[in-house]
Amino acid sequence: MKLLVCVSKTPETTTKIQLTADGTEIDTAGVQYIMNPYDEWYALVRALELKEAAGGTVTILNVGPADNDSVIRKGLAIGADDAVRIDVSEEKDSLYTARQIAEYAKSEQYDLLFFGKETISYNGSEVGAMVAEFLDLPYVGEASHLEIDGTKATVTRDIEGGEEVIEVQTPLAVSAAKGMAEQRIPNMRGIMMAKRKPLTVVAPVDYPDTTRIAEYEKPEEKGSVKLIDPDNMEELVRLLHEEAKVI
Amino acid sequence: MPETTTPPKKFTTKADFHHTARADRYQFHDYYLVDDLLEDHHRMARQAVRDWVKAEVSPIIEDAAMRGKCPTHLFRGLAEVGAFGPSLPVEYGGGGMDEIAYGVIMQELERCDSGLRSMASVQGSLVMYPIFKYASEEVKRKYLPKLGSGEFIGCFGLTEPDAGSDPGSMRTTIVDDGDAYLLNGAKMWITNSPIADLAVVWAKDEEGKVRGMVVDADAPGFSAPEIHGKWSLRASITGELVFENVRVPKGNVFPDIRGLRGPLSCLSKARYGIAWGAIGAALDCYDSALRYGLEREQFGKPIAGFQLQQKKLAEMITEITKAQLLAWRLGTLANRGEATPAQISMAKRNNVHMALEVAREARQIHGGMGITSEYPIMRHLMNLETVLTYEGTHDVHLLITGHDVTGLNAFG
Repeated sequence: MKLLVCVSKTPETTTKIQLTADGTEIDTAGVQYIMNPYDEWYALVRALELKEAAGGTVTILNVGPADNDSVIRKGLAIGADDAVRIDVSEEKDSLYTARQIAEYAKSEQYDLLFFGKETISYNGSEVGAMVAEFLDLPYVGEASHLEIDGTKATVTRDIEGGEEVIEVQTPLAVSAAKGMAEQRIPNMRGIMMAKRKPLTVVAPVDYPDTTRIAEYEKPEEKGSVKLIDPDNMEELVRLLHEEAKVI
Repeated sequence: MPETTTPPKKFTTKADFHHTARADRYQFHDYYLVDDLLEDHHRMARQAVRDWVKAEVSPIIEDAAMRGKCPTHLFRGLAEVGAFGPSLPVEYGGGGMDEIAYGVIMQELERCDSGLRSMASVQGSLVMYPIFKYASEEVKRKYLPKLGSGEFIGCFGLTEPDAGSDPGSMRTTIVDDGDAYLLNGAKMWITNSPIADLAVVWAKDEEGKVRGMVVDADAPGFSAPEIHGKWSLRASITGELVFENVRVPKGNVFPDIRGLRGPLSCLSKARYGIAWGAIGAALDCYDSALRYGLEREQFGKPIAGFQLQQKKLAEMITEITKAQLLAWRLGTLANRGEATPAQISMAKRNNVHMALEVAREARQIHGGMGITSEYPIMRHLMNLETVLTYEGTHDVHLLITGHDVTGLNAFG
């Protein structure tokens, strides 16, 4: 089986996000980055499990700048065979990213293309579906289980109040949700082997920007809590009416 | 001879420990951007160990320490993550990494608990390293892969009841008995000994020369009673080693090393790891103190806003930063094979003492909470009291520096 896992880079989960003065960009100074957890914990690990069971190769693909190589290397340390980075230095939107992945993947004959169900940074979740569309492949989003038997894939999705089980033929694209696999921590040998695994950098294809970030806004900071004496109901009603303006 | 107590059940399981509800909120602190001096694989190794610690050890460490019960099931996890002998070659069960990688791994383990780091230090630096460095090829092939995978647990027998800072006065002996040596004597303060499958033991031969050897724990006459009643390193198991006419095959004795140079080279390796490890304990105390100081309010504002508390926090991060730079520089020297034992002594002494001072100050910032198992402070503080004197006492390391700079030996 030939498996592709598309990964993105996100700020470490405890990062306090700061914006640049004009509010159009995230201030990246001092920000630590990790591989998007849905990509790493579920998509990549399930791909590795399938490879371990049935043989094949797992390739990691990222669209981004050279800074992303450390995140890609972690995927190689966890067990992927090789990696491809499509060399794009600026932040681009989902459509651009999906086009780059599709252009690379179209000649590679992958049996399965994995994505995380969303990025925890921008809450993006479109790239997988867009790539499937460009490649004319079936797509199953937010999959919590995935089994492969020959060319038949059985994919389970959590839906409101139950599960949906889908049968579909490979090749296909799938986005991975919690439940598909369990996080693997790379060990020291894996980390050292990752240094020697191939990481190919390819140039992007020309594709126009279709969207532009006009502005980011942070949510308003939560105000302090006012405690009202339970015997002073009149004051509570007055504050709810005059300050909170909810009654 | 001391009475042999019932040996503990070899391995605990996760279920033997109570999972504390407290989340591990630790965040790394790097005031001088020392990370820029590291390579990608160092940072990745550190993160891997941190992730493993947060998932597997942090939830149970307070309970393990409180009950004085060693979480022996963690040996397998330590092996899987690659914490045993990371800088030894892969074909001998190591990780093929450099000395800085070894250092950052020890730092992350001790960030959690000095006892956890001791479990790994002993296995890697005091058991695997001497076997790799001094044993015959056959002995290396027999033991090292199983030590690296955690299938075997090892311990290191140098210190004796009457030979601590002066190991040359050891009384344990070997005498020639045909195809084997007969080993007699006793060792004291031996980390991991009650659960060990084998011990690297140092004993005097008939010429009075110190020799090293691998001794199987199931050999007749070998016993390893546990030392109870420790107020420190409570999550790590410590014991004695007692040898009564233990037959040690001649092939198990290291062929080419004589004298204290052998055990001291192992101690240099372990002390190097402690120089890094102690920074981890200090970082955990600082991290907790900083957070507590910002969250705890008195007189209407966070206590971190008061000058006396700021002085503590500012001095803590200053001293931690100096220790980080000392360790990093020692690591670059070690990678070139140029770190001298005296340089390692200086770093071990400075960084452990620094960590102990940081833990004491952190205890004050936490007030009463600092003595409870809600916070890691008192556990680190008690652990570091041991780290201050094991692997060469604070005073002995000072004399090593004194000897090195003056050329005059002030020992004895």
